[in-house]
Amino acid sequence: MGISGAAFIAGAYEHPLRVIPDKSVAQVHAEVAAGALADAGLSFSDVDGYFCAGDAPGMGGIGMADYMGLKLKHTDSTETGGSSYLVHVGHAMEAIHAGKIKVALVTLAGLPRQASANLQMGVTDTPEGGFENVFGPTIHGMYALAAKRHMHEYGTTSEQLAWIRVAASTHAQYNPNAMFQNVVTVEDVINSPMVSDPLHRLDCCVISDGGGAVVIVSPDVAKGLERHSIKVLGHGEAPKHSDNGKIDLTYTGAAWSGPAAFDEAKLTPKDIQYASIYDSFTITVLEQIEDLGFCEKGKGGEFVADGGLISPTGRLPFNTDGGGLTNNHPVNRGGMTKILEAVRQLRGEAHPAVQVPNCELALAHGTGGSIGTRMGSATLVLGRD
Amino acid sequence: MTEATAPVMPAPAPIVNPENKPFWDATVEGRLVLPKCQNCGSINWYPRVFCPECGKFGVDWIDAAGTGTIYTFAITRRGMGAYGKAGPYVLAYVELDEGPRIMTNIVDCDVDSINIGDKVRVVFHDTGSGSALPRFTPVS
Repeated sequence: MGISGAAFIAGAYEHPLRVIPDKSVAQVHAEVAAGALADAGLSFSDVDGYFCAGDAPGMGGIGMADYMGLKLKHTDSTETGGSSYLVHVGHAMEAIHAGKIKVALVTLAGLPRQASANLQMGVTDTPEGGFENVFGPTIHGMYALAAKRHMHEYGTTSEQLAWIRVAASTHAQYNPNAMFQNVVTVEDVINSPMVSDPLHRLDCCVISDGGGAVVIVSPDVAKGLERHSIKVLGHGEAPKHSDNGKIDLTYTGAAWSGPAAFDEAKLTPKDIQYASIYDSFTITVLEQIEDLGFCEKGKGGEFVADGGLISPTGRLPFNTDGGGLTNNHPVNRGGMTKILEAVRQLRGEAHPAVQVPNCELALAHGTGGSIGTRMGSATLVLGRD
Repeated sequence: MTEATAPVMPAPAPIVNPENKPFWDATVEGRLVLPKCQNCGSINWYPRVFCPECGKFGVDWIDAAGTGTIYTFAITRRGMGAYGKAGPYVLAYVELDEGPRIMTNIVDCDVDSINIGDKVRVVFHDTGSGSALPRFTPVS
């Protein structure tokens, strides 16, 4: 069962800037919305569904609907951290399939570089908060917990993790908007300062201002547009949590969202020619590649080593925009940019040096929250129609 | 090179609410207690009066042995907030002998000498606000 192909990504836009000192958050949301609608050949008045997450100012989607003057039949502010936007694409497809809407707008934007970004989890009265926050769990610390355990169980090495950054930086040299365009070596990564053992500074993503947006439309609307639309073939989402004291840090929610997306698309990992994989940290990529079924559990280190992720020659060309590790990780939420580069690949509009030849099937995967405690996971399988 | 953990770890106070107050009250007395479901007997974590295994309310707060093993750990070089000036400290999950894996810190140790699987025992660091943080130290 499923609703494979019930919706198309008709418009996609990434904000070109990584540091934005002179604009408001709402303004950047509207800028990326305008960019994605222009890309699709549509206008604000065509939008009847709006999707956003916690980075959007105001209550749910209502504040930004007010700002942009949207007249809506449907809003969805599902919050699963950086994976939210892939969830939104799936939910938009459901609403379109149900006949509720025809044109859905999804936006992400924020300006974390304009205030001191607080990377520690706030001490709030969540039910679990008092049993975690008091112990100083920084974001990088929690991902380091996962890396350490994965190394212990499977023999994964820092050098193997470093290859993920090497591949991302190899791609970023072709992206003039990327924050870091310099190609790095395995030695550069493992010689960079330790942030939280076993993760080094170059195992971590960038912090950037900016954002992005996509426009999801019904098959009928897509037919009438000049721009090449991308078919949504499959969607899967799953939360993973601490499981009543049985937390296992060697896998992510991709172990559930991936199979769900592949089932809906009636495809397998072997069919995928390009993958956008969430890359808050190198360990995030490694665990998700295993969980999505691109290699056996525990063999991710070997899979990513020796250029395994470098496009177009590697085993699995990934994050050809440079990803969150080098290009852009707006508002510490990398899910939107994962969708955007998958769309570029399927349209044949990635940089020629990293374009996968005849790319017809791609995957985009997002994680949100923390791999060390609770996370959202969402997977999209996308196709050139 | 050896590097000791911060001699005095910060001890920020948790928000205590009516549901988890029995847990935090016990820590001030130097006891680590765990909620055991009155219906199915499951020993749960994090502490709550609801049982996520059987869906019933009602727990007995039982005394834990206070010992366990390190499931995983990370040496955080620079913390944030209350930990901003702590120096290197060890964030960890400890698997208690009763089963649950709980987030904590490993303290009073040489950070280069600890390993996954090491045996540890609980120590309490008073927050001064009606609670004490259960942290763990290697059992030599």
